[in-house]
This record gives sequence, structure tokens and C-alpha cells, in this order.
Amino acid sequence: MSNIGNETLVAPIQPWVKPRAKTLKNLFGPALVALVSFVIVLLTGFAGPDGWALLFFVGLLGLAIARTRNQDRVKRNNSLISIVIAGGATLAFAPWLSIFYSLVIKGFHGIYLGYFFRDMRITTPDDELNMGGVGHAIIGSAIMVLIATAITLPLGILSGVYLTEVRGRLTRMIRFVIQSMSGVPSIVAGLFIFTTFVDVTKQFSGLAGSLALSILMLPTVARTAEEVLKLVPEDLRAASYALGARQWRSSLMVVLPTVRSGLTTAAILGVARVIGETAPLILTAQSISSFKFNPFSGQIASIPMYIFALFQIGTEYSMARAWSGALVLMVIVFLLFVVARRLGNRVKR
Amino acid sequence: MPQKREMHVVYSLGDRIFRRIVTAGALTSLIVLALIGLFLFARGAEIFRDMGFKFITGVKWTAGSEDGTAAAEFSIGPMLVGTIIVSFIALIVALPLSIAGALFIEFYSSQRLKRLLISLLDLAAAIPSIFFGLWGIQVFSSMAERWSYLLNSYMGWFPLFSNEMQVFGRSPFVAGLVLAAMIAPIITSISREVYSRTPRELVDSCYALGGTRWGAIRAVVLPFGRSGVLGGAMLGLGRALGETVAVYLILNLVFAYNFNILEAQGGNIASLIATRFGEATAYELKGLLAAGFVLFLLTLTVNMIATSVVQRTSKDRS
Repeated sequence: MSNIGNETLVAPIQPWVKPRAKTLKNLFGPALVALVSFVIVLLTGFAGPDGWALLFFVGLLGLAIARTRNQDRVKRNNSLISIVIAGGATLAFAPWLSIFYSLVIKGFHGIYLGYFFRDMRITTPDDELNMGGVGHAIIGSAIMVLIATAITLPLGILSGVYLTEVRGRLTRMIRFVIQSMSGVPSIVAGLFIFTTFVDVTKQFSGLAGSLALSILMLPTVARTAEEVLKLVPEDLRAASYALGARQWRSSLMVVLPTVRSGLTTAAILGVARVIGETAPLILTAQSISSFKFNPFSGQIASIPMYIFALFQIGTEYSMARAWSGALVLMVIVFLLFVVARRLGNRVKR
Repeated sequence: MPQKREMHVVYSLGDRIFRRIVTAGALTSLIVLALIGLFLFARGAEIFRDMGFKFITGVKWTAGSEDGTAAAEFSIGPMLVGTIIVSFIALIVALPLSIAGALFIEFYSSQRLKRLLISLLDLAAAIPSIFFGLWGIQVFSSMAERWSYLLNSYMGWFPLFSNEMQVFGRSPFVAGLVLAAMIAPIITSISREVYSRTPRELVDSCYALGGTRWGAIRAVVLPFGRSGVLGGAMLGLGRALGETVAVYLILNLVFAYNFNILEAQGGNIASLIATRFGEATAYELKGLLAAGFVLFLLTLTVNMIATSVVQRTSKDRS
């Protein structure tokens, strides 16, 4: 309507938008509280960031009480509880941020170009950080995860198709089982593969590791596959049936191709779920310190086991290596997530 | 009066084959789950028979001596108690924080912050558990030790918090707090999803009646989400019960009953398996498999209850 006539438009009043001056004024109090708490931390026995956070929190509560002194109880409760909720949320998020931060701070020392291409065969964990690397572990993890994906993806897709297309009598039960299966402890998956596979073949192997990872990966892949298949519009199926297609043709040639990128997302999320698993690999793949490409016989390296082994040695340099390995692993997980998110967005559009 | 006609579907041969194959594929998860239980039980059966009920209630885990003078004795009692203690500490700490986090994301943050926090939450749920072990020992433990010390000096008269050795690291308390950080993303994201399904018009009518934001949350959102949050909490509990490496790295593993959560000793079933696995004799290995079976049953039960709770809520309301 704005182009009717030439009248200049009056900026609409937006009472819900706070003017900047007021926002600044509102920030002044908390800033003062933060400063006062900082001084108290410096001068008294309240030590560390946790002491400061506690003081700051109590100070904010005090400030809120002072500000709402003229208001009724309901409003005062409301503003106090806002602070409590924000505080709780901060406390919930703090450890994760702290983990990301420590990964970068403690991990980046050990990273140099060769870190990605070398193994630990001739390097002892105590050597300077410009020797040795995580290359063998990256290769080992990649091999195991690829095999696990090759096993899980078809099964996951079949489960998804069963839950959304076939919809047989067992639909509810299978959905229930898949969800419950996602709670199987990783060490139990490792134990299971140990007694059924490692014990029978009489050796640790990358394949055993992949099988254990598959157990943990299947629920994630199946659930994500179900979610993306649910997004397929019913019209597509109806149109395909109307053209005379049988169920198998419409599932295989209409529905599944539509969600191809969604199924890739399912695989990626599954990989992100298991690539950091340590416990099952202790029982199945173990670890070695050199490159190895054969998953069918003998122990094989992996990033989580690399971290685990170095961390247990516990010397300064081995710790630094463990943190670097952890940083590499986190970056991989992060990249997987970014790719999954990109693909996921494409599905929705 | 038109009657509803009976639908009768006849699948072609191709369709029947297709449906068979898909069903078989979908049944693998069920089969795998059954096989896990079956094999662990079968391989551990000898221990169950030899130890009887003492497998749960006893106090010792010893492989015995080589010459057979000391009998092997396996009991997961202390570890079972340790598992439950550590997991419940984690749950008690994580649940309120996760609810606060979920409410904050859903009702207190701007659109942009909300998107950012949800991405962060997804990523946090994918942090490998070994990182929590690393972080717990190297970054968090100094802070947690100070808290333990304060807790002990002011609440030490209470048996739960007493600590005669006055060593505060590597205790069930620290491990529980780290596990709390580990399961908080799961509980937060499930709670957030449940809260986000609260009918918009109910919240809006609260505001229309002059209610405050907290008023709306307390009157509508929290009751609406209660069972979903409960399910999320149980899923988190299930994960804490089965956690291996984080507990293994943080706790000082001692095979004895320990109810003083601040003392530097404890353990859980999963870390028992990881610790003893490397040097176990064939007989002890059976003990570990039996322990794994108990852990499997425990987590499966918790997870099944959690799943049925979560699935019921999501079906009722969506």
C-alpha cells in the first residue's frame, strides 16, 4: 500500500522495540555487578571463574529485587526466575563451550602439516611434538567407519522404508526396538562382537571394530532415514500409484530417489555418532602405532584409541598429542555436521 | 445410507517380495538386540550358575590364584552400586540445568540466538565421550575438587559427604558431574522439542489473561511437557549407566562398596569391563560377559521405559 500517492510514510510506532538508550541503561546495572564481583574475587577467598559466576548471579538477583521493589509479587517472581533460568542455561552450556575451548587451546600445539600424514611407529609418545602424527589413526578410523556405513546404510534404509512405506503389522514394535537399541551401551556392543567374532576368528581386527560400530550406528541411521522419508509428500506416492506403479516401483523409483540427499544425511549423522566411540574398539580393534590398510587381520589404529592410549601414558608430550588428536576428531565431527546440515536444508527446500 | 466399504488390498508378486525383503531388513535391529542378550547370557551362564545370587550381592571380584589355593570369586555388587550412584548424581545435576536450558532456548532467546543454541546443542550431543574424560581430568577436576572440599567442610557431618582421606579428586562426585555435562545435551534437546510443541494458543491465552512469561511457563508449558521431559531424563540416565571411557579415565577404580561420594574411589560396570578385559583369564572373561549382560538388561529396561514414555507423548500431541 506504500506506493499510493506521494505522501511520506510516518515510521510506525513500535512500542515493543526498546530504544537503544534504554537498552544501554539496562546493561549498566549488570555490568556494575560484574565489576564488583570481579573485585571481590580479586580481594577475598572467592576464587576462580566459578566464584565470580556465583557472585555475579547473586548480584543479578539482588539487582532484580531492587529494580522490582515497587512491583507486585508476580512480576518480581517473573524477573527473578528469568535470571535463574538464564543462569541454569549458562551453566548447562558452559561445559561444552569449555570443552571446545580446551580442545583448541591444548590441542593446537601438536598440530603441524606432517601430523596428518605420519604415524607413531618410530616416534615415542615422549618425543618432541614436531615428530609423529595421527595419520595412521585417521586411516584406520576411516576404514572402519566406511565398512560400518556399508553395513548400516542399507539396513537403515530398509528400516526407514518399512516404517514409512510398507507399514506392516510390526511398525510400532520396530520403531520401539530401534529407539531402544540406540541406548545399548557401547561397551556392550563391543563385548557382543568380542564373544561372537573376535573370539571365533581368534584375532582382533578392523572388521570386528566395524561390526561393533555398526550396532551403535544402525539406530541413528534408521531413525534419520525414517524422518526424511516422512517428509516425502503423500502426493508423490499417490501420483505414482495413479500411473499404475506397484508399491515396489513407487518406493524404489519415486520415493527413495527423492530423498537421496536426506539418506546421505542419515549416513553422515551415523558416522558422526560412532567415529568417536572408544569403548567398543578396546574390545574389538585395539590399536597399533603404524599405518595399516587391511581391516581383516590384526589390530588397527583409530583416532579415539590413539587419544585413549596416549592419555593413559600421561606424560606431558603424550597428553599434548592426545589433545591434538581430540582436536582433529572434533573438527571431523564438526565438518560432518556442517555437511549434514547443508544436505538437510536442501531436502527441506 | 452409504456404508463404508471394506478395503481389500491384493499385492502383486513383486510387491510381496519387496515387502518381505524390507521387513527382513527392518527386523535386523530386533534380531541383533535379541542376539546380544542371548549371547551375553549364554557365555556368562557359567558364572551365574557358580556364583548364584552372590553375583549381585557379593563384595569381591578376584580371579583367584594360579595354583587354585584362592578361589575365583566374581561379584558386581560394588560396581552396580557405583554405576547407580554416579548415574544418579549425573541425573540430579543435569535435569534442572537441562530444563532451564530448554526453557531458555525456547522462550527467552531471540530467533537468531535460538538457532545458534540449537546448532550448539546438536554438536554438544555428538561430543565423543572420551573428550569428557579428558576434559574432566585435565580442566574440570581442579574446580570440582574445590567444590568437593567446600561440600565436605560444611556438610561433612552427613555420611554421604564425609571423606576421611581428605583427597578429593577422581571421586564418584566428580565423575557424576562430568557425566551430567555429558547427558545434559540429550535431556535438553528432548525437553526443548517437547516444549516447542506446546500449543501456541494456550501460551498466548496466558499472556492475554495478563500472565507473565513465568506464569505461562508454569501454568502451561511445564505441565504439558512433564512426561516428555521425564522420558528425556530416562534416556539420559540410560546413557550415564552405560558410560565407559569417561568414567574409566576420571574415577579411581576400587572394587569396594563406597557410599561416600567425595572419596577418591568407585567404579561402574562398564569401566570394570574395560579395566579387567586386557588381563582376564578365560574364566574371568565369562564373569565380564555376565557383568555385560546385567548392564545390558539394566540399560535396556531404562531405555524401553523411556522410549515408551517419549513415543506416547509425541503421538498424543502431534
